[in-house]
Amino acid sequence: MRHALLFSVFVVASCGLAYELIAAALSSYVLGDSVTQFSTVIGTYLFAMGVGSWLSRYIERGLAIRFIQIEILVGVIGGFSAVILFLVFAHLSGPFRLVLYGLVFVTGMLVGLEIPLIMRILKNELAFKEVVSQVLTFDYLGALAVSILFPLLLAPHLGLMRTSMMFGLFNVLVALWAIALFGRDSGIVPAAAGQVERAAPMALPPSAASFLRAQCAIALLLLVGGFAFADKLTALAEEGIYADQIIYAESTPYQRIVVTRWRDDLRLHLNGNLQFSSRDEYRYHDALVHPALATLPGAKRVLILGGGDGLAAREVLRYPQIESITLVDLDRNMTNLFAKAPLLTALNQNALSSPKVKVLNQDALLWLEQNPDMFDLILIDFPDPSNFSLGKLYSSAFYRLLEKHLSATGLAVIQSTSPYYARKSFWCIVATLEDAGFRTAPYHAYVPSFGEWGYIIAGRGTFVPPAAFPVVPRSFDAPSLKALFEFPPDMARVPTEVNRLNNQVLVRYFEEEWRRVMR
Amino acid sequence: MAARDALSAHPADPQSTHPMDRRRFLTALSAPAFAACDFKNGAPEFKGAVFGPAMALGHRLRNNDFPAPAETRNLDIAIVGGGVAGLSAAWRLAKRGIKTFRLFELEDALGGNSRAGSSAVTPYPWGAHYLPLPTRESVHVRALLADLGVLKSGIDSDSPVYDERAIVNGPQDRLYRNGLWQEGLLPRMVAPKELDQYKRFEELIERFKQSQDLFGRKPFAIPSLLASRDVRTTSLDATDMRRWLVSQGFDSPALHWYVDYACRDDYGSLSRDTSAWAGLHYFASREGRAKNADTHAVLTWPEGNGFLTRRTEEWLQERVAEPFSRNSLCAKLVTGRGFAEIDIFHADQNRSVRYRCKRVIWAAPSFVLARVWDNPPPPFRPAVADIQTVPWLVANLHLREPPADTGPAPLAWDNVLYNSNALGYVVATHQVLRVRPGATVLTYYWPHSGEAPAAARKRLFDTPWPEWIKAVLADLKRPHPDIAKILERIEIWRWGHGMPQPSPGFLNAPARAALANLKGPLVFAHSDLSGMSLFEEANYAGVRAADLA
Repeated sequence: MRHALLFSVFVVASCGLAYELIAAALSSYVLGDSVTQFSTVIGTYLFAMGVGSWLSRYIERGLAIRFIQIEILVGVIGGFSAVILFLVFAHLSGPFRLVLYGLVFVTGMLVGLEIPLIMRILKNELAFKEVVSQVLTFDYLGALAVSILFPLLLAPHLGLMRTSMMFGLFNVLVALWAIALFGRDSGIVPAAAGQVERAAPMALPPSAASFLRAQCAIALLLLVGGFAFADKLTALAEEGIYADQIIYAESTPYQRIVVTRWRDDLRLHLNGNLQFSSRDEYRYHDALVHPALATLPGAKRVLILGGGDGLAAREVLRYPQIESITLVDLDRNMTNLFAKAPLLTALNQNALSSPKVKVLNQDALLWLEQNPDMFDLILIDFPDPSNFSLGKLYSSAFYRLLEKHLSATGLAVIQSTSPYYARKSFWCIVATLEDAGFRTAPYHAYVPSFGEWGYIIAGRGTFVPPAAFPVVPRSFDAPSLKALFEFPPDMARVPTEVNRLNNQVLVRYFEEEWRRVMR
Repeated sequence: MAARDALSAHPADPQSTHPMDRRRFLTALSAPAFAACDFKNGAPEFKGAVFGPAMALGHRLRNNDFPAPAETRNLDIAIVGGGVAGLSAAWRLAKRGIKTFRLFELEDALGGNSRAGSSAVTPYPWGAHYLPLPTRESVHVRALLADLGVLKSGIDSDSPVYDERAIVNGPQDRLYRNGLWQEGLLPRMVAPKELDQYKRFEELIERFKQSQDLFGRKPFAIPSLLASRDVRTTSLDATDMRRWLVSQGFDSPALHWYVDYACRDDYGSLSRDTSAWAGLHYFASREGRAKNADTHAVLTWPEGNGFLTRRTEEWLQERVAEPFSRNSLCAKLVTGRGFAEIDIFHADQNRSVRYRCKRVIWAAPSFVLARVWDNPPPPFRPAVADIQTVPWLVANLHLREPPADTGPAPLAWDNVLYNSNALGYVVATHQVLRVRPGATVLTYYWPHSGEAPAAARKRLFDTPWPEWIKAVLADLKRPHPDIAKILERIEIWRWGHGMPQPSPGFLNAPARAALANLKGPLVFAHSDLSGMSLFEEANYAGVRAADLA
């Protein structure tokens, strides 16, 4: 009995610390600033334990029953805390902190109740100094075990949701075990007369035991179910993060593709970043394609790097003189999706199935290095330079490689992040193109989903914007296009370094500028 | 301070011989020596293999176990050794219009310590893997780079323009310390006192860089034969690098680690075993600049300096008829008045030929020369016997994807581990342009410093090679616990005689003088001439020999 209770102290303490760590890790994960999250969560938890300890004085009778009930309650609340927090964060943006500290407080308080109760249960068996020494020893040992296991094994291998469910299960199992222990004791009591006084306050009447068993069974069922369906719950939470209904989600070897729909608005997210919204993508692709292509009546061969959604290709196909479009996008799943799914092919007007379009699922850079083909127009729709491997795709070395694939009068158009949010990054790309020997024509367009967005036309000669459009864009005409090539003072050119493979300054600019925006 | 790294530009070591028992050589007779097995303990499965120089062939020198020469041919100039020194000598001769030479190489491939391998994913180095930006004194290195298309313009200027693909891409280096990766190699998060010492050390180095002697020579020029002979700096050779640091009041553990790392990196020896002159040379000599790169940039390629030796080889092949004989070992050398005879064993034909030459350019290590030279002047052998060579182990890890780690600094070109006996690893695919980085090869460098080189060499070869593979993985699992899961294949290369150790006193040792002052038809061209195994030194030694020949 005594050893069993001490072991339960160990489990209870480890479960308590686990919930605390899970809450802190989860809140740093979704809110950032881990120092603040960890210290406020730990503080709240310790304080709540104090409150629990103080409250324990009001429990006067039925210590065993209360202990078991608290154990079940901790198991359920703690076990589901990660799920609750995820869902709250995903679906209701406001009260996340309230729920976070509320949950931490409640679990802390319940755990704080447990230890005094166990001490009181044990006080009849052991001297006071033994009770204090043994209970607290196991309490701290349990904390140590989890604090080591959590970062090394549990968080990386089980994930936060499963870990919290698992500890919830432990709590409930302790409760079950306690029911067995106290239930058996009650049977022994009448036989051993000398023990009556000692054991009687703890013994469970049979009716109470079966009622508690039923409670345990329900808790167990919930937790086991939660453990098994942790993936589904994650998906549910993810849906909340995307706000809209997910109509397609797939993890490819290269990225996570998510397509969402809300009324008539289709959105594509790659790795959680919005790529387009069907409501305003025409503004983005108008600006990417038409200013350059309208000045190239003789253009026949077009190369698109990235752009596996086929939307740029759709715009290019509107020019009858185009004979071939080569689209190089690494992710076969992405181009298949946009070639086959009816909702998406309606959006890109079956561009990827056009006989003029050749889709190559290769690394665009490898392909450029190994292929000698020349093009009249090259559209570059790479992801923003958010890491060093992507930064290389905006380097002077890359633009020199690009130049080798451009026909004599050919033009390249480069999507170049936002000149408003990332002003230095944008002008750094301009400076880099110029260093590589290009004449540049930077311009910008307003895309509501993204804000003010930047593009650069690069060629061997000075670019003159078209006086008329053979294919009419929706978002500008020849007179209003002029304004796009003008930069107001808050987006005007700033001096920057050239982005070389050797210095990778663009990634540093970009990180600095977007970090400011996100705050 | 510049980031440096492993096996910095080590020249020819083609005639390596290894003190090993013969039976083992029999299994490894086809060069490069090769054996393989699978590792299946636990879930991850990967293949392991071992390579090494053609030791079987080299080892036969010990018993002089070669057929007698079947014929005697005449040859104008023979070059023995096809590493950086030998190739540089050949390049220089060809530039001067002399094409009546032949280069003999023991291995089946040229390159020496710049040798490289190749997989479906990428070429990768087996040895030297970068070249610092050449200084103004390195005129021949600059000229060679211009011929190979690496130096684009401004060959005589302070800051030439280099091929931008060859300049190391950012991020250049990072250090794993206290469970995290930091940018740069100088440990951060140290006491303010240590930061002060970093600053003072840097100022001291800067002063060495700026100073000149009465003849306008730098104290630590590269090539080192052009350095000042002023005793105020050459006397630094009397002490070791560690003691010199202490004598200057440096006690920062982080700075001591950094300097020790630098010595192991360039010379394979601990700072306490390295001459202070050589240690300072590492920091103060490289002040080359480029118009299109930062000051601390270096030149590198996926296959390391194997790119340079391969391109030199191609350059020569386009201009000279049959310049090379591979699998060809020099078994004997006899010098006479105005001529020298070398017996070359052509392993692929299993026959020996005696070449009667007007000149022999010896571009192989000095200890091999001491063995095959039949009639050296009496002081030669004892002088050369002082040169100790450090053994190196190089491992190439073929990975399915880049290794995951804790950050915060992302994967760099050179990735160094604090408090490791090894130097860390470089990433072969660092210089490639790809939308998404995928499979790669990591080259891990491990000089066996800290014990007597002969004992370290014995241990390197006596320990079964799968044990070395385990040791390499154990070290790399610290920063990358899951590396075995993405590991396809791991190969190791044992360099028995990696590079000479510039121990205190090397600068004024009889060995250097004995090699530099060879008289008659034999000219010495190996980097042993300077005692420092660097590309620039080997190149200079090769060019110098070609001009003397």
